[in-house]
Amino acid sequence: MALLEVENLQTHFRTPEGINRAVDGISFHVDEGETLAIVGESGCGKSVTSMSLMRLIPEPPGKIAGAIRLRGKDLLRLSEQEMRAIRGNDISMIFQEPMTSLNPVLTVGRQIGETLRLHQGLDKEKAEARAIEMLSLVGIPEPARRVREYPHQLSGGMRQRVMIAISLSCNPKLLIADEPTTALDVTIQAQILQLMLDLKRRVGAAVILITHDLGVVAEVAERVMVMYAGRKVEEAPVAELFASPRHPYTKGLLGAVPKLGSSLTGAARRLAEIPGQVPSLKGRIEGCAFAGRCALATDLCRQVAPGLEEKSSRHFAACHFASKEAA
Amino acid sequence: MNAPLLQVNDLKKHFPVRGPLFSRKANWVYAVDGVSFDIARGETLSLVGESGCGKSTVGRAILRLFDITSGQVALDGQRIDDLSPERLRRMRRRVQVVFQDPFSSLNPRLRVRDILAEPIRNFGLATSASELDTKVAALMDTVHLSRDALDRRPHEFSGGQRQRICIARALAAEPDLIVCDEAVSALDVSVKAQIVNLLQDLQAEFGLALLFISHDLAIVEHMTHRVAVMYLGKIVEMAPRQRIFAAPAHPYTKALLSAVPVPDPSARRVPMILKGDVPSPINPPSGCRFHTRCPFVFDRCRAEEPELRQRAEGQWAACHLEDIPETA
Repeated sequence: MALLEVENLQTHFRTPEGINRAVDGISFHVDEGETLAIVGESGCGKSVTSMSLMRLIPEPPGKIAGAIRLRGKDLLRLSEQEMRAIRGNDISMIFQEPMTSLNPVLTVGRQIGETLRLHQGLDKEKAEARAIEMLSLVGIPEPARRVREYPHQLSGGMRQRVMIAISLSCNPKLLIADEPTTALDVTIQAQILQLMLDLKRRVGAAVILITHDLGVVAEVAERVMVMYAGRKVEEAPVAELFASPRHPYTKGLLGAVPKLGSSLTGAARRLAEIPGQVPSLKGRIEGCAFAGRCALATDLCRQVAPGLEEKSSRHFAACHFASKEAA
Repeated sequence: MNAPLLQVNDLKKHFPVRGPLFSRKANWVYAVDGVSFDIARGETLSLVGESGCGKSTVGRAILRLFDITSGQVALDGQRIDDLSPERLRRMRRRVQVVFQDPFSSLNPRLRVRDILAEPIRNFGLATSASELDTKVAALMDTVHLSRDALDRRPHEFSGGQRQRICIARALAAEPDLIVCDEAVSALDVSVKAQIVNLLQDLQAEFGLALLFISHDLAIVEHMTHRVAVMYLGKIVEMAPRQRIFAAPAHPYTKALLSAVPVPDPSARRVPMILKGDVPSPINPPSGCRFHTRCPFVFDRCRAEEPELRQRAEGQWAACHLEDIPETA
């Protein structure tokens, strides 16, 4: 059985201009210990998806429908109190901005300890001892001194390490990392990605990595799900997705990113553009959400939304024209 | 002989910061500490480096958004770092800028028409109202925006479209050099490609020189002619594109390149992962500024600061090592 099963997740927001369908019926699963990447551009619903999994969407104006099953238990049917026992314990989360997601007036030790005291009932001394242990695990030098420091005394990379320490302190089954390295410099990003992979293996957690950076996806993920305008347009194992993308949007994204080293192989050429921009999510989109920007679009695409189809083994795409591989 | 369009010689910019509470002693941030380079007409030079390395400060010093601490900046052989305000105004026409955030760099209360007309009027580039209108309309065509959009205000546009407006505004002054300070960093992948292509087209069409400040090495490689790598206020390596991406001569460049995630899962590489963080520019390390993180550090690095030395045609690096060892 999959660790997490999401079925027809819909997260809608009521706004003065109408209903915003930020996530519009997506289904996916995550296996134990697996790394799934969710990729897409701003506004495609990838962050709202992750917030929905944690039930961090304010209701109202938000509304989550569908089913989110963690080892068979539907999180959407739990009371707020039951949900609190799961957050930070079974499922934990790392956010993009390590400055704003740490409390500036508490020491990092207190913040790591809070999770431990709440979920594992450790007392103050034990929690601090464990916090020091966690800090050294995430590679912070002098953990016994750092544990008494405040977030502003740490650099961006160190703060993200503290976030990772907090999120892993209770040995979660699922770690959701929402753009964990976007705010960091490349050399620090490389450190943090390596640390995450290393710890994930040690703790045995599954990871949902949310990112817009296809380079990070290629390095870290095992399976990839591509989102566009609140819908899932493609899903495949990582090597398969990069080698033979089926959906025109995925193809466009891959063509729009220059590869390092392209000037050496003579492959440096004009970047592929995806014309136009992401459609507004206010108001229902008839047909395929990508039709307005797609070179292949026909009347069929504009009228009928394509369903997800298995185009080859474990490779799904939602496009009328993505050819199926001859079995 | 063609003199370079822009020459920067030993540029320094130190910012004062307040020392400890109640102490009179001020500290200095050595944001840019002795940087020299030049840019030819129609050339793109990229300044790359991590946050706090001083790359944006260099860009702003060239634009003269503040006075520099020491050094010289010359445009067409004429110094611009000590110009009187009146002559500075005329210089500003020739060097324009596109910033990272297209939301905060456009005045929300102006229509696009007025945003684009302002530089044309200020620099007296149109002799009549009808010429002004023609120029403004032509600018919209150049950046592929609809002329119908001239009467709209910035909030009605998407991020990519606003960045097109910023580029059009820079072009309105008919500059020789545009400083692009992380001009595509805030944009989504598909929109980023549109803007990168636009900048390349404009460079070919108008013979513009670009100072492209960025931390995105893949984009830099795609569009630059030469690259200067900065670390803690200094240039550690400068070379033509092909050279720097094929055979970096400074360990920092090598680490930077190897840290970039490649969008190709079959490319299994061993990244050279640097330890620690960038030290503070308030109190930079002695000797080579990179010595605290360099895997190949030896005694001389801690004591003596390496000069930029030529390694190959056009390739300069500031490192005591002759070659970078294969492994640390």
